Amino acid sequence: MTQYDPVFYSRMLTELTLAFHIIFATIGVGVPVMIALAEWRGIRTGDPHYTLLARRWTRGFVITVAVGVVTGTAIGLQLSLLWPSFMRIAGQAIALPLFLETFAFFVEAIFLGIYLYTWDRFKKKTTHLLLMIPIVIGSSASAFFITTLNAFMNTPRGFTLEDGVIKNLQPLAAMFNPATPTKVSHVLASSYTTSAYILAAIAAYKLLKGSDHAYYKKALKLTVTAAFVFSLATAAIGDLSGKFLAKYQPEKLAAAEWHFETEREAPLVLGGVLGQNNEIKYRISIPYGLSILAHGTPDGEVIGLNEFPEDERPPLYIHYLFNLKVAFGMYLALVGFLYLLRSRKHRGRELVPKWLLAAIVAAGPLAMITIELGWFFAEVGRQPWILRGYMKVADAATTSSHVDTMLLLFCLLYLVLGVTVVRVLSKLFRNYDVIQEMISLGIEKGGRRS
Amino acid sequence: MTYELLGIMVLWTFLYGYLIVASVDFGAGFFSYYSVLTGQKNKIHKIIQRYLSPVWEVTNVFLIFFVVGIVGFFPETAYYYGTALLIPGSVAIILLAIRGSYYAFSTYGSKENRGYMLLYGATGLLIPASLSTVLTISEGGYIEERNSQVLFLWNRLLASPYSWSVVLLAVVSVLYISAMFLTYYAARAKDETALEVVRGYALFWSAPTILSSFLVFLGIRTQNPQHFLGMLELYWMFAASFLCFLVAVYCVWKRRRYGTAFLFVMLQFAFAFYGYGAAHLPYVLYPYINIYEGFTNETMAGALIAAFIAGLFVLIPSLWLLMRLFLFDANYVQGTGAPKKG
Repeated sequence: MTQYDPVFYSRMLTELTLAFHIIFATIGVGVPVMIALAEWRGIRTGDPHYTLLARRWTRGFVITVAVGVVTGTAIGLQLSLLWPSFMRIAGQAIALPLFLETFAFFVEAIFLGIYLYTWDRFKKKTTHLLLMIPIVIGSSASAFFITTLNAFMNTPRGFTLEDGVIKNLQPLAAMFNPATPTKVSHVLASSYTTSAYILAAIAAYKLLKGSDHAYYKKALKLTVTAAFVFSLATAAIGDLSGKFLAKYQPEKLAAAEWHFETEREAPLVLGGVLGQNNEIKYRISIPYGLSILAHGTPDGEVIGLNEFPEDERPPLYIHYLFNLKVAFGMYLALVGFLYLLRSRKHRGRELVPKWLLAAIVAAGPLAMITIELGWFFAEVGRQPWILRGYMKVADAATTSSHVDTMLLLFCLLYLVLGVTVVRVLSKLFRNYDVIQEMISLGIEKGGRRS
Repeated sequence: MTYELLGIMVLWTFLYGYLIVASVDFGAGFFSYYSVLTGQKNKIHKIIQRYLSPVWEVTNVFLIFFVVGIVGFFPETAYYYGTALLIPGSVAIILLAIRGSYYAFSTYGSKENRGYMLLYGATGLLIPASLSTVLTISEGGYIEERNSQVLFLWNRLLASPYSWSVVLLAVVSVLYISAMFLTYYAARAKDETALEVVRGYALFWSAPTILSSFLVFLGIRTQNPQHFLGMLELYWMFAASFLCFLVAVYCVWKRRRYGTAFLFVMLQFAFAFYGYGAAHLPYVLYPYINIYEGFTNETMAGALIAAFIAGLFVLIPSLWLLMRLFLFDANYVQGTGAPKKG
């Protein structure tokens, strides 16, 4: 970049904020579900280990929520600061889900505050668990509302545009646009999967380091089982998303698959390198794969990228993002499957082999990377549009100077926040060892060390 | 009442809510740090923590509500303020981000750290200062549209005595509101030592608050004469505000009815804030955006208002529960209910 271009820097800054925020948003949506599961099992089985699990997860969770809140505030304000022209037009059509999202988050924040400080305050244990319901609903509903906004950017509906003015608005049609069902369910399921794997990775790490306490084994079983179920759901929805794209955003699917000519019986391309004139080298090709992904039948006709004017095609590197995301997604499902297979075979006294523990440890960060890849694929795949068919990114950005300086400032902010949050979390759990905590709570007799 | 007026009233109410809740929070952060510096930490730190810990996230949401709401109801604001406020807006975001996360780090994290406390205390004053400039800008004269390019006139804002008087008012009000609230809270907690300290703060900051309010009131006369005339028409609101101030300070001075005193603080700011806002109408940004021309389409306005009413049905009971458990529960406030986090 030799010349200052506010569009470029606005994109970079938005990408940066979203990429950072999505880590905490994912945890914020998924971990409450896991906490609720653990506390519920604790009450049902009367096993104090599960209750302690819920308690310890909550303790770390609030710290990530704090970062999620502040980065969410950042993206909320940056939408107006960096994309004023977009918000001026689109704000008319999508203000409703944005507004509702704040309500959902408000409820979540209130009940999280209550939940955190009332562990021993109610006579009946289920009362405390009930507080989790508004938290889970609130966090998932926020994800729902925000994702409808993103869905709207991909398939804008529910209005007509006359001379740059939005007319004949139907707010609900805008919210429940064609992209909403697959996008929302994919976001929710993948958040649940990722959160479950992150918690699984912690338990697996402890077991790998040599602890063989029942507490960690129960944690591992609960989290990996949940993660496996969620990962299957994510994959199934991912398949539906492919069919959605083929119908409503064929250029995104075509770019992801390097599919240039419209044809039937289209193969699925894995990997590869693009040569001159877009011929693909070194690829793995699965016959009929793309037709099946797009339409569910081997002879389905898939629209090729050449049908679109050149300045309306997404960048072709999203092919790799798409491939990697799918490959990682499969890894996540496979790891869960292997774990369940083994624990079924060795009923009662299962000792999870080291390689599988290591695979589960890897699944935690890998799941988060998959989320990032998925979002980069979704967002870059929409280029050059900010509002598909109506407004291009280049026409939506601020004209303000100094976006580059702000980018630098925010880089610094996220770096500092990121480093501190890791330090604080690791210190939190190291200083308050689970075995010591069990002894102090009277769950465990003294003497044993992990 | 028109949709336009209803919309701006809803938004103004959220901003008022933020003003009160955030002031308590910001001021508490400052006092908390100040008490560490002056060695009085053990006297007041505990009640501040007790109150703040469960409610801090709620504070941020009020602000987001206002921002999202104003862009929803008045999409033109996104365009003008959005373009003009890139730098001050970004700075405010960064300060809010530092404040929120470092509060969580020091409260929920393992150990308290003096550096975190400093950040927490300093941002408590810097954030209201930076946010208050938006009100100054709305008076007009700092944003200009030339050749369909929106420009923010930095130098003029920094050189304006009016702008600084608003900053001053914002900072001292934060300290005053917060100290008044903590006085009430300490009294409820029956914590005599803390009460003495925070009551002193409350009385100390009352005079600067009312003086800087007068300063701002007069400053508007030269800044935006039209707004000033509007305010004179609503003189009774400002008179009522002053009366409420007197009642509040009198109660605290006489060491009685701290709850009533805080109620009157809220009324004092309500009268002044709504009076200021009402006189500013119909402009949201003088002279570019007024509520009638910059309004969203009618369908969306209806949907937003419906959503708002539905939302209140969920929100009010939840807030009531929160307050009942942590603000009005004598056991919790006094610390006999053994609140264990996590």
